[in-house]
Amino acid sequence: MRILLVGNPNVGKSALFSRLTGTHIIASNYPGTTVEFTKGYLKLGEERAEIIDVPGNYTLEPTSKAEEVAVEMLKEGNLAINVVDATNLERNLNLTLQLLERQIPVIVALNMWDDTRHRGIDINVAKLEELLGVPVVPTAGITGQGVSELVRRLPEAKVPKNVRTYSDSDERWTRVGDIVSQVQSLSHRHHHWYENLEDFSSHRVGGVIIALLVLSATFWFVRFVGEGIIGYVADPLFEGLWTPPLMRLSLALGPGSFWHDILIGRLIGGGIDYSQSFGLLSTGLYIPLAAVLPYIFSFYLVLGILEDVGYLPRLAVLMDTIMHRLGLHGYAIIPTILGFGCNVPGIMATRILESRKQRFIAATLISIGVPCAALQAMIIGLVGEQGVEYIAMVYGSLFISWVIIGLILNRIVKGFNPELLVEIPPYRFPPWRAIGEKLWLRVSGFIKEALPIVLGAVLMVNVLYTLGVFNAIADIAAPILTGLWGLPKETIAPLVIGFLRKDAAMGLLVPLALTAKQLVISSTVLAMFFPCVATFVVLARELGARDLLKAVGIMIAAALMMGGLQNLVL
Amino acid sequence: MTIYQNEQLTLAEMRTGQTGTVAEILRGHGLTRRLDALGIRPGKKVTKLSSTLFRGPVILRVNNTQVAVGFGMARKIIVKVDTYLPEAS
Repeated sequence: MRILLVGNPNVGKSALFSRLTGTHIIASNYPGTTVEFTKGYLKLGEERAEIIDVPGNYTLEPTSKAEEVAVEMLKEGNLAINVVDATNLERNLNLTLQLLERQIPVIVALNMWDDTRHRGIDINVAKLEELLGVPVVPTAGITGQGVSELVRRLPEAKVPKNVRTYSDSDERWTRVGDIVSQVQSLSHRHHHWYENLEDFSSHRVGGVIIALLVLSATFWFVRFVGEGIIGYVADPLFEGLWTPPLMRLSLALGPGSFWHDILIGRLIGGGIDYSQSFGLLSTGLYIPLAAVLPYIFSFYLVLGILEDVGYLPRLAVLMDTIMHRLGLHGYAIIPTILGFGCNVPGIMATRILESRKQRFIAATLISIGVPCAALQAMIIGLVGEQGVEYIAMVYGSLFISWVIIGLILNRIVKGFNPELLVEIPPYRFPPWRAIGEKLWLRVSGFIKEALPIVLGAVLMVNVLYTLGVFNAIADIAAPILTGLWGLPKETIAPLVIGFLRKDAAMGLLVPLALTAKQLVISSTVLAMFFPCVATFVVLARELGARDLLKAVGIMIAAALMMGGLQNLVL
Repeated sequence: MTIYQNEQLTLAEMRTGQTGTVAEILRGHGLTRRLDALGIRPGKKVTKLSSTLFRGPVILRVNNTQVAVGFGMARKIIVKVDTYLPEAS
């Protein structure tokens, strides 16, 4: 049996989902698309039912590509749990009525039930059940209230008798209004302190202040937690637990032997240097697990909180004017922020944008100007050794490129530039359980996807070095590397490996003993020059071959210019 | 006693804090549908909560929801504003 969780965005669907499913949650893509959804399992008596968290939508008459997929998914479910925000009955019931017309058995979860009281909302559940003709269960996804009742009554889900179909939207809204007036009564409401906060962050000046606070706190937290885990957990673990067996292996294999070079790499000063040895078991494991994973963890922890507290749409509003100059609108800030974790989900999320022009610009800008968390972890670690001002130079150059390329693309890319239209959800207390599960999905996803590629990249470095390939291309690329960017021609190796993984590529810069200026240039160029293979694949899928070529052309041109400019100015 | 004078303004022109009833949505079916899905349609009571600097989005309240509408879009939404005028004596 397949159960679908359907509802408007921001109604606490994910929190309810995590209450229903327990631990076995899988993130998947809808077949043939890159629209992501999560699924899990629920024990229903003897049976194990699959539960799918359908991406939120306001209507079954889709207005964006992501919504189209949600509607597609409906055809494949046996039962729908319609999650309704009890504090916003009218708009939510519009979707409920559309769902009832679809001839799929429905049960309604009247969610956010715990929120109705202080908002002065009183809903007659029995009456609502009677009017809709399907079971209605009050729930609170965050506390878990009502969830067992919901599960108990799942078998009662049904297609109501004599379903009404509506000829147009007006007719349906009229019916919704009719239902709401019969079941809901409003009374005086208390103003909560966080509603004052909501008002303040919608205020034209207050919003800017809050955004600056949130963004700087985010940056500080990500760095503090990331560095903390590296310094106090990851490094001691590697040094204390991993180095001794690795040294024994090194002795057994004999330094200089083929397998020693592949597995352990070169010994630096008689020992293993995790950032320079470049063997599969030394640097190959250290980069993804110790240098990058802590930052992935801290970044996605903050992102999950910002998402579920309801802050991101407010940031979208604030960024709207600026983003319009770049041919986008404020909502494009959400894929961009996702891109700071990993470009792949960031580019996938450009689907929430309405026009082709916007999707092209957003995807191109993400792959040029938005370094992923793995790359950033290495930039902060490596460039940061030279001083914070050098990190600022890298970020500043990326930001300038992002703005300038956006301004230009807005002028030359043909197409339609729609406007922002977004619901601003109320601030909510973070549903820790759902945040924890999402964090686990993202972190384990990183390990599964990144670890094999980093290992592959390290292996390839060793093979290509042995074969002398890098030396051969280094001479060909020397005019650009040395002439234009002022880098030693050996930086060809990191640039080539950057196509596999940019964090591993940054690792290759360590033995080159670059000056601070050269480090800034090479990190900037590495970030902009070419997408990593995973990003390349998803760009190809989202943009098509022609636009992919255009995007890649823009990236290469931009990196050539920015690197050359840095070489002149710095 | 107060009398009501109904003045029609675009959402962009309304003052912060003003309330009114959506009278008309200019422009095509696509926009109407996107707004309709969010519950913004002719006949609905809306309150303008704020506007953003430099012709940024307008935030309005409809029912219990806050919705941000791009400035260009806000100029296409015509609202009959509730104004209270002291009775002429």
